[in-house]
Amino acid sequence: MTAEDDSYAALGLLGDPVRRRLYRLVAAAPEEMGRDAVAEAAGISRSLAAFHLEKLVEAGLLAVSFRRLTGRTGPGAGRPAKLYRRADGEFAVSVPPRSYDAAGRLLAETVERAGLDLELQAAARAAGAAGAGTGADLEEELRARGYAPFRDGEVLRLRNCPFHALAQEFPGLVCGMNLALLDGLAGEEWTAAMEACAGGCCVALSKTKDR
Amino acid sequence: MTGFHLAQVNVGRLVAPRDSPRVADFVGQLDELNALADRSPGFVWRLVDDGTVDAEAAAVHPRVADERFLINASVWESAEALWEYTYRSDHLRVLSRRREWFERPDGPHQAMWWVPAGHRPSVTEVMDRLARIRDHGPGPDAFTFRDRHPAPVPPRLRPRPRSRTERVRRLVR
Repeated sequence: MTAEDDSYAALGLLGDPVRRRLYRLVAAAPEEMGRDAVAEAAGISRSLAAFHLEKLVEAGLLAVSFRRLTGRTGPGAGRPAKLYRRADGEFAVSVPPRSYDAAGRLLAETVERAGLDLELQAAARAAGAAGAGTGADLEEELRARGYAPFRDGEVLRLRNCPFHALAQEFPGLVCGMNLALLDGLAGEEWTAAMEACAGGCCVALSKTKDR
Repeated sequence: MTGFHLAQVNVGRLVAPRDSPRVADFVGQLDELNALADRSPGFVWRLVDDGTVDAEAAAVHPRVADERFLINASVWESAEALWEYTYRSDHLRVLSRRREWFERPDGPHQAMWWVPAGHRPSVTEVMDRLARIRDHGPGPDAFTFRDRHPAPVPPRLRPRPRSRTERVRRLVR
């Protein structure tokens, strides 16, 4: 099987609505989730949840770790629980084939070499502001853009970085672009601040204080 | 803990002298930026710029004598710790405005390399590492985030070949 075949196989698994719901649940959760929590949130039996979760792990869409949830250690503490989280790998397929990632990389390299950081940030801020102008709820807007937001008290934290691979390669440029985009999206009601979420985006949003 | 720490250097030439209004925003934030680095997880040490020119380094690397040439060098416990500070803290706010204050680099402007824990690189050493990337490209002695090299493994942590009886003893334990 080629890497493309692997991607089709993995993404094909998500065609099943129940499995897709479980994947979304775990991928959007701020913390790792145990089987019971997944089953309860999805409203299905523990054994059905376990069956689908294992399929998702096999395909490389979810990853597992083992930890005792009770905080007890030593003999008698019981077996550690199996916890699920979104896997780090990325799967993308396009029919017909499209290579926007390759184009993105070339554009980033050129913008970086030309030193056009500020121009990129201005465009990103405007694109964010255009999104904010539609009157849509910020949390919904962030979700639609792939940030996987979750509320942590009054703060909106972002579980996912939609520009991850490009940000790894051109961090100064791409993280600066992302920050400007979120500044624009935040509008006047919200404030974007650098507050890294482990494994996610480095920006968090909170309600602007002096309003 | 590997006995090795990550040293890093990045350099830049200001678009105007340090006391010019064009770079005032940057110069005004330097203390805050350094304080943020100092309290970041994994921070070990930072080269303090006291405004004097390192004559020894300048003899080999004339750029060092330029008043507008800034050297930022520091030591971290790991590449991940340096990454978190550089790109995922408030430092990014300042970094993203680099083109307002610094000339476009005409060659490699950053380098990192592993040093034995406790080692404090000199200005000459950090400039030598930059020159190494310029002359030979990235390698284990001078690399970048994009071409990372792992820390050397100290001899006492290197896996020892075990005898068969030892392996069996470990299995039954």
